Amino acid sequence: MMSLHEYKVLARDGLWDNNPVLAQRLALCPALAITTTATNGLGMGIATTMVLIITNAVISVFRNVVTPEVRIPVFILLIATIVTVVDLMINAFLHSLYTVLGLFIPLIVTNCVILGRAEAFASRNEVLPSAVDGLMMGVGFTAALTVIGAIREIIGSGTLFANASSLLGSAFSFLELVLIPDYKGYLIMMLPPGGFIVMGFLMAAKQVLEQRAAKKAQEIQQTALMQQT
Amino acid sequence: MKGEKIPSYRQRLGYHSGLLGGIGMLASMALVITDVETRDYIAEAKAAEQRVFLNQVMPSSLYDNDPLKETLTLADPETKKDVLFYVARKDKQVVATAYKVFGYGYSGEIALIMSIDRDGKVLGVQVLSHKETPGLGDKIEVSKGNWILNFNGKSSQTPDNTGWRVKKDGGIFDQFTGATITPRAIVKAVKQGLDFFNVHKTEIMDKSLPADPPPPPVKTSESDNSHT
Repeated sequence: MMSLHEYKVLARDGLWDNNPVLAQRLALCPALAITTTATNGLGMGIATTMVLIITNAVISVFRNVVTPEVRIPVFILLIATIVTVVDLMINAFLHSLYTVLGLFIPLIVTNCVILGRAEAFASRNEVLPSAVDGLMMGVGFTAALTVIGAIREIIGSGTLFANASSLLGSAFSFLELVLIPDYKGYLIMMLPPGGFIVMGFLMAAKQVLEQRAAKKAQEIQQTALMQQT
Repeated sequence: MKGEKIPSYRQRLGYHSGLLGGIGMLASMALVITDVETRDYIAEAKAAEQRVFLNQVMPSSLYDNDPLKETLTLADPETKKDVLFYVARKDKQVVATAYKVFGYGYSGEIALIMSIDRDGKVLGVQVLSHKETPGLGDKIEVSKGNWILNFNGKSSQTPDNTGWRVKKDGGIFDQFTGATITPRAIVKAVKQGLDFFNVHKTEIMDKSLPADPPPPPVKTSESDNSHT
């Protein structure tokens, strides 16, 4: 069994240290293609998270039966099946969500984060830690997509979480904000280059924060050393 | 996985193929079960969605039947596609019909639904799906502009053939600043839809009532033709 500390490491890994988009730089295609609004990013993130938790858990169940020689086809088969099942379920029971995300759910099959986590984590760990890893990676992915989407939406069209109620239900319509009324829009942010630009800035910001934290840690160490001598 | 001792039977080819086959079987079982369980719900959700679209182009006060249940399929020789007409009736008379038309815009297919009344006038046009540039071509959506309402009340005679173009090409329909291809595609698609309707007008407008309730079977020599 894993200790609480190890779960904390998993959470930190997924959310920040090893964030699928900003650190592993995986799954950039969905990350850039659909993040024209914060709502789209959030929706894609939620769908991916659901798939990641299930695939990680299922692959972990099969980890002791699967031999290294055939593991890739087995993983892909399992992932494709689970994505199709999730796709049909969302289509049947959450149809309004499906009209927003419909096009992107089949693309989750090719999302390399899923196969990446299956290979790197789920095939070597027990079911519960694998599911937690899926959840944390999914939340990290969702957070990155939502932030990229929010920045692009604010600069591109002056709104935030537009159409959130069609994704989350009318209870969440308070999220829909018009930040800049009568805004003409800044088209490039809605087009693919805008996605690359925003992601570049976010990665740079992450680097700066990490370097600053490292510097601080170093300074604390140095002052501790000075006090000792 | 690494470092553990792998039992020798697992290195045999038979184990590998058996494993792949077994997983494949499990996967197909899961898919079949989900498909069977969700099929009805999906059909229901799709019908509800289409009803919403229908209401956008054809006010529900106009008719008293369920156009989704009364349809007519006609083949379009030009696009080699079948066009599905939803037939709306009031007091058993056909009052209007709605159908999908497709245009090819700046970045792919634009799907539209349009409805026409008995006189061949457009009741409404709405965009079902498109991939046009956000901020430029997407003014065709009714939520982003009134442009698409310009078609209301038009027919294939008013305006005439030259009028059925965007202003840049000498017609009466506005184009958008920075986006001409999208409106041009839609004007063309709506005009083609109207023309197709006019070719089949009598077929649609004089469509006989669906047998409801089914008439008692009369054993005459003509009964074979009554259902065609």
